[in-house]
Amino acid sequence: LSSAGEKAAQQRIEKILIANRGEIACRIMRTAKRLGIRTVAIYSDADKDSLHVQSADEAIRIGPPPARFSYLNGSSIVDAAIRSGAQAIHPGYGFLSESADFAQLCEDKGLTFIGPPASAIRDMGDKSASKRIMGAAGVPLVPGYHGNEQDIDKMKLEADKIGYPILIKPTHGGGGKGMRIVHTPNEFVESFLAAQREAAASFGINTILLEKYITRPRHIEVQIFGDKHGNILHLYERDCSVQRRHQKIIEEAPAPDVSNDFREHLGQAAVSAAQAVNYYNAGTVEFIVDTISGQFYFMEMNTRLQVEHPVTEMIVGQDLVEWQIHVANGEVLPLSQSQVPLLGHAFEARIYAENVPKGFLPATGVLHHYHHNPVSSTVRVETGVKEGDAVSMHYDPMIAKLVVWGENRAAALVKLKDCLSKFQVAGLPTNINFLQKLANHQAFENGKVETHFIDNYKDDLFVDPKNSVLAKEAYEATRLGASLAAACLIAKEHLMLTRSPPGGGSLHPIWYANPPFRVHHQAKRSMELEWDNDYDCGGSKLLKLTATCQPDGRYLIETEEQGSPALEVKATYLREHCYRVEADGVSKEVNLAVYVKDHIRHIHVWEGSYHHYFREKTGLELSEDDESQHKPKFEAAAHPRGTVVAPMAGLVVKVMVKNKTKVEEGQPVLVLEAMKMEHVVKAPSSGYVNGLKVTAGEQVSDGSVLFSVKDE
Amino acid sequence: VYGSSRRAGSLEFVTRRGFCLGVLPDGVDRNSEAFATNSNSLAELISELQSQVAKVLLGGGTEAVRRNRSRNKLLPRERIDRLIDPGASFLELSQLAGHELYGEPLPSAGIVTGIGPVHGQLCMIVANDPTVKGGTYYPITVKKHLRAQEIAAQCKLPCIYLVDSGGAFLPKQADVFPDKENFGRIFYNQAIMSAEGIPQIALVLGSCTAGGAYIPAMADESVMVKGNGTIFLAGPPLVKAATGEEVSAEDLGGASVHCKTSGVSDYFAQDELHALALGRNIIKNLHMAGKDILGNGLHNVKYEYQEPLYDAIELRSIAPTDLKQQFDIRSVIARIVDGSEFDEFKKLYGTTLVTGFARIFGQPVGIIGNNGILFNESALKGAHFIEICTQRNIPLVFLQNITGFMVGSKSEANGIAKSGAKMVMAVSCAKVPKITIVVGGSFGAGNYAMCGRAYSPNFMFFWPNARISVMGGAQAAGVLAQIEKANKKKQGIQWSKEEEEEFRAKVVEAYEKEGSPYYSTVRLWDDGIIDPADTRKVIGLCISASMNRAPQNTKFGVFRM
Repeated sequence: LSSAGEKAAQQRIEKILIANRGEIACRIMRTAKRLGIRTVAIYSDADKDSLHVQSADEAIRIGPPPARFSYLNGSSIVDAAIRSGAQAIHPGYGFLSESADFAQLCEDKGLTFIGPPASAIRDMGDKSASKRIMGAAGVPLVPGYHGNEQDIDKMKLEADKIGYPILIKPTHGGGGKGMRIVHTPNEFVESFLAAQREAAASFGINTILLEKYITRPRHIEVQIFGDKHGNILHLYERDCSVQRRHQKIIEEAPAPDVSNDFREHLGQAAVSAAQAVNYYNAGTVEFIVDTISGQFYFMEMNTRLQVEHPVTEMIVGQDLVEWQIHVANGEVLPLSQSQVPLLGHAFEARIYAENVPKGFLPATGVLHHYHHNPVSSTVRVETGVKEGDAVSMHYDPMIAKLVVWGENRAAALVKLKDCLSKFQVAGLPTNINFLQKLANHQAFENGKVETHFIDNYKDDLFVDPKNSVLAKEAYEATRLGASLAAACLIAKEHLMLTRSPPGGGSLHPIWYANPPFRVHHQAKRSMELEWDNDYDCGGSKLLKLTATCQPDGRYLIETEEQGSPALEVKATYLREHCYRVEADGVSKEVNLAVYVKDHIRHIHVWEGSYHHYFREKTGLELSEDDESQHKPKFEAAAHPRGTVVAPMAGLVVKVMVKNKTKVEEGQPVLVLEAMKMEHVVKAPSSGYVNGLKVTAGEQVSDGSVLFSVKDE
Repeated sequence: VYGSSRRAGSLEFVTRRGFCLGVLPDGVDRNSEAFATNSNSLAELISELQSQVAKVLLGGGTEAVRRNRSRNKLLPRERIDRLIDPGASFLELSQLAGHELYGEPLPSAGIVTGIGPVHGQLCMIVANDPTVKGGTYYPITVKKHLRAQEIAAQCKLPCIYLVDSGGAFLPKQADVFPDKENFGRIFYNQAIMSAEGIPQIALVLGSCTAGGAYIPAMADESVMVKGNGTIFLAGPPLVKAATGEEVSAEDLGGASVHCKTSGVSDYFAQDELHALALGRNIIKNLHMAGKDILGNGLHNVKYEYQEPLYDAIELRSIAPTDLKQQFDIRSVIARIVDGSEFDEFKKLYGTTLVTGFARIFGQPVGIIGNNGILFNESALKGAHFIEICTQRNIPLVFLQNITGFMVGSKSEANGIAKSGAKMVMAVSCAKVPKITIVVGGSFGAGNYAMCGRAYSPNFMFFWPNARISVMGGAQAAGVLAQIEKANKKKQGIQWSKEEEEEFRAKVVEAYEKEGSPYYSTVRLWDDGIIDPADTRKVIGLCISASMNRAPQNTKFGVFRM
């Protein structure tokens, strides 16, 4: 330890290679640049034009898209660092950030690993070992089995001893990957085997531990920091209770509804945990808090900078990446424990490309439109992508982290809601709408967060297709959104006719006057907008609109439906994507994103707190005259009953049955994997499997037909 | 220099420009009785007109429209909306043709025609309305189709035929088939226009039977829609009767047959929208920019132009329904020309005819308007002005409000017939675009001198208050009553005062009916009745369409001196 410190003291870091991608790479570079430190990015072929490559002073190609050939390829990364003349490597989070071997390799090659000592990573990386160490250091632990004996019968016995519900968890890795909750003894075997398989695929080690499953837990973690001189302090806690698929989506600091006394104890426990492994640099000690007993238990320690570190930065007014670099340079921590301020409240919402109604499955696609609130001292948007980039199936589908700060929790929450409603993404499904619902939920507003928050309030958070009151509301909102969108589109079209007339201005502009001239009647535009109705059986619905061009330049928008009132809209194009609309005595700004893909015009409208999405066929733009083309594209619901399509793009890892096999409803048929997450595809009904063509190892695209189940 | 205007806008204009040469005064007394009367009666006429148009816009009735929709077919105006550049204007012609002409309704004569831009290229669009008698051709339908082709030939506009027609209306075949200006002339025109390099495009969106089959077959390029589009000389029933062969319409003359086997059609469309898109593409690929026959008339256009200083809506109050009332045509001109600027030619001579130069939407025009009966001097002035405009290739706009030439011994002795003939000669031979708007009366030889239908104006429109006949009803009744009286006298019959009054009243009534703009527009003696408030726009569009060709040289005949 001391020798590393001396070496670093002699040579300060002037150039850093960031062994990561996406937002965290960009975020690290930002601090490095502020400190005058040059940055080296690495990239896989999938990322050659990405933001983190463009943000770096230089960038080095590592390998093909799969992470194991690129971002997980430690030796290539170290070679790249040496080649570029960097003195240090920052691993970010994920990938190699918690690889003790990589940390060791860096040190061996004379490079500073900006992170904890390899020994601490190793100690904390093994969940069972870490718990033994913590137990010895007096940090409270959840009852469980952390033994080496992994025999399934033995494990089952231990589970029975602890009592159900039980949590099955791989000893290595994190992020909820491979975790399973088992409620009854008869589910144990299947879950245990799946967890082993996922652990092996993700981390290469398939040892499993068992723990008592706490039914009403909160997830509270403490940010700690140590230097190479033995100083360790904590930077208060974060509450990361709101999770889906065991992954955090909204984090906040400090934790709501927590006494100072509790905060003190928690901080102390975290510092003790870090001290037990001679920790330095940034780390997080995760605790599970039993809301019923008020007891907290050590869960694990993350030996890296975490995704949600910005909320801590916001409340202590510090740059943790800067601290990391200082510590790596061998400097003493800039503050003592008593000097760490606690200022206001911060939230982080993670914006993911994912399919919320399909159980939060990761989604892929192109960011055709990407716009958010301007960043300021109280609003941060940590992002690794820009408009036009693709969210591919190779890496994490997180688009951005939205971080806001306020004087107190209520003030910060107001800001969070506002920023979420103005966070615009078009081109792929996101969880933004869901995050809005979360942030607006009364229980969340009251700070009543716990790990099962989403599950507990699922009736409020997810669409209930049978709720006719909400269905009507949603329809009315959609109709308004469609009307405004139609008016904006036509207004823009008229403007474009003036600015760049068809035929390059060879015709007198009088033909493109607004409103368009008609003899004794008014020009009409009809539009058929397809939208996804979450209510009333779901599926896509057609909304037929007619816009009549009024002499004063307004548009009278009528919907086909009988008895629905016409809406007179004035739309003015302000700037790219931005319009002012006047309708029904209300004047407001509306944002529009439009892109054409596969002969369909995709129209996104942001209006108030609503985001509507419509599709329109673009008949006039067609040029194919081939009989085989120009097929209707709206056939999502066109598959015959019993057909099962891939819920996401991914890799088939296992096929459990063969064609013509009889299956029961809900019986697993095959397993898909994407983003290292397994998804079991089950039979939708009882019957015989038919048309199953995919095999293990095959890549399938989103929506492709996998098989069907027929009665006979 | 004209007097100051009451409107602040024009004062500002005067100040900014520093001079106001040529700017017309308002010329309207809003407090006058005539203003109020005219406003009220015109409002009535316009609402009547709009309700008639609203009726024909519905096509052939609810049931026919429903049937049309059930076949995934759009109505003709919807097809046109999707064919022209989205958001562009469309100048529809003769909306009310055929309206109440026959014993049964024939909305828009079963065919929609007009001019609109496709990829920036103005085109003449001719669209059958299958909801009106299956799109069959009545005599008036043929006339309207031919008129559209006439305009296209005159203005060199590519023609796009949206074909969906059962062919000639058989019960009226005698008035549809045999004569020169009948059905066959449609294909003759296609051939001649194609020869002149005016593209002929057909989109077969429905049936195209018998003679109708020649519309796509004669076209330069044609598109057919799968399922709905069929082309055959004889339909399945006739084939069965003739040869015993049983065949479906699709197999006999569907898009597949004609695009893959017969070669009658060139582009295969999956549905109507696809066909319309293909039609747009054909126009996009014309690449006629370099052809000198198709100019765009833009070289003389000023892009910075001012709207008239006075409200166009007031034209509805200027137009008199009582044609005996005089009004200054300059108050009309002031509301249709750019900045109300009108540089008058020979202002002090022959004052019953107003002539002068102006611009409409930046396009130069020579305007000839009536301010009373045509005298010797007025006719000479008119001929002079027309000659100037032809020399300079300036389009002419005639604003007709004319009861005729001056009669009487003095006039005859002065050679009014000679002077009138000069103006008629000038109007006939002028090879510049001519637009005629009848804003009041159109009577007798005045109609000729002021470029009536017989003088082939590129476009001719009526205001709803206008009247057209060889002379006024009262005058005709007077003349006819005198002749009748003389006849009766020869036969020794005494004509009672009451009988004579009844006779006169009948004549007046007949003239009243036949002089109505509806009577005219239904028979296609014009290209439509327009709202006076739309006059500026309509003229602007017409001139632009007329300038879609290279200038022509004018050669006059012998002027009787």
